[in-house]
Amino acid sequence: MRERKRIPPAGFSALSLNRVRMTGSLTAGIAAFIVLCAPAVFAQTAPAARFVVLLDAAHGGADSGARLDSELEKAYTLAFSVRLRSLLMVRGMDVVITRDSDTTVDPDQRAAVADRARPQACLSLHASESGSGVHIFVSSLAPVQPGTMLPWKTAQAAWIERSSTLAGVINSALTHAGMAVTLGRVALPAIDSMTCPAVALEIAPGQASDNSGSASLDYADYQSRVADALAAALVEWRSEDRGGRQP
Amino acid sequence: MIPRHQSFLFIVLLVASITLGAVLWTTLDRAHKRMLDSQESAPTQAPQVAPSEQATLMVANDAENSVTARVFSLPLPQNPEARARAILGKLFDLDAAPGATHPVPGGASSVNEVFLLPVGAGTDPATARSSSTARSGSAAGDELAVVNLASAFVSAHPSGLEAETLTILSICATLHANFPEVTEVRFLVDGQQRATLAGHADLTRTYLTGETVSTQGANP
Repeated sequence: MRERKRIPPAGFSALSLNRVRMTGSLTAGIAAFIVLCAPAVFAQTAPAARFVVLLDAAHGGADSGARLDSELEKAYTLAFSVRLRSLLMVRGMDVVITRDSDTTVDPDQRAAVADRARPQACLSLHASESGSGVHIFVSSLAPVQPGTMLPWKTAQAAWIERSSTLAGVINSALTHAGMAVTLGRVALPAIDSMTCPAVALEIAPGQASDNSGSASLDYADYQSRVADALAAALVEWRSEDRGGRQP
Repeated sequence: MIPRHQSFLFIVLLVASITLGAVLWTTLDRAHKRMLDSQESAPTQAPQVAPSEQATLMVANDAENSVTARVFSLPLPQNPEARARAILGKLFDLDAAPGATHPVPGGASSVNEVFLLPVGAGTDPATARSSSTARSGSAAGDELAVVNLASAFVSAHPSGLEAETLTILSICATLHANFPEVTEVRFLVDGQQRATLAGHADLTRTYLTGETVSTQGANP
């Protein structure tokens, strides 16, 4: 005889429903726990955010820049950028350069490289025989509030405050290293189009560490001290909560 | 045997040549006499010496990366544009002098002309940088100074961020100090636009004198 299928009593149904509800709550609770804990877990396991520095060795190719005592500005800035690049990479930074040989790169191309790399700091490197120490320049554009669209030639205007803060950090590091530092504003097409905290640095003659002889750009230990101080400044810039990408 | 019509043509041309020669000789003689007459009748007028007036020059200093005001007494013409050129000429004379704090060769001849125009006249929107700020803050009576530099001055200018920036700052600040109505400055070199002064400082943009004055001493 065929067994009749028994219809479960209503109490059983209610109990099952309760179990389902309890199971659902438990699942939801676990899900909520995972969601709440996830940021902490990911924060511990995700790799550190990239810290990108753009080094722009000024001039190059047909544009020789200033004529220094022993070489041309384009050669000096290229050699210095190579030295600084290695120091920064040792400190775990990603370094993007606008040129690594004696090639002509126009200001728009330099800015385009910077804007593509989305760096946390942009340094335009120059050298001059006039003055002494290191001259730090920020764009002379009037600051504006960042908008969705930035005009190409004045894109840096939205970053002036950040650039000035970066200039202050570099100023502190160079002063701490015993360098003579001057601060200024400049109308420089390459940095005026950059969308990053951008500073132009002009290395002028300085004294050797033993203060022997007249000031010169050629002292190896002077160049080394400037590069070390800049690396220290960028480490400081990275460690502070000011290294973000927002203007 | 020479044909008759050729002989006739030769005689006609010979007569015409002699006649033209005579006319030219007479004309030349008359012009010479006229020139001598005009020289004799030209009035002799003593050159006018402009009275000395005080002018403020913003002199750059490379060692301090600063621009400092110095007051000089100069004979200045009444025409504002000639006056601006004379003041900038004195500024460049100081820079060209031995022992200058901002050595730049060239002297007074470094400035070809200075034009003073109402703000907004002749401004190229493609190259006017930060112009929105300038226009919104400009008032009636504000003037744009167009400084036409000599190419010899630009060629001899020391190359460098600081040196070039100080030259531009001192020009803009000097113009503003002596012509308060000058709020914007643009640069030409031998009448043409040029990308940079000596490889660094942008010469295509419009400089606001208010900004240059506020940044003298150069703190960002």
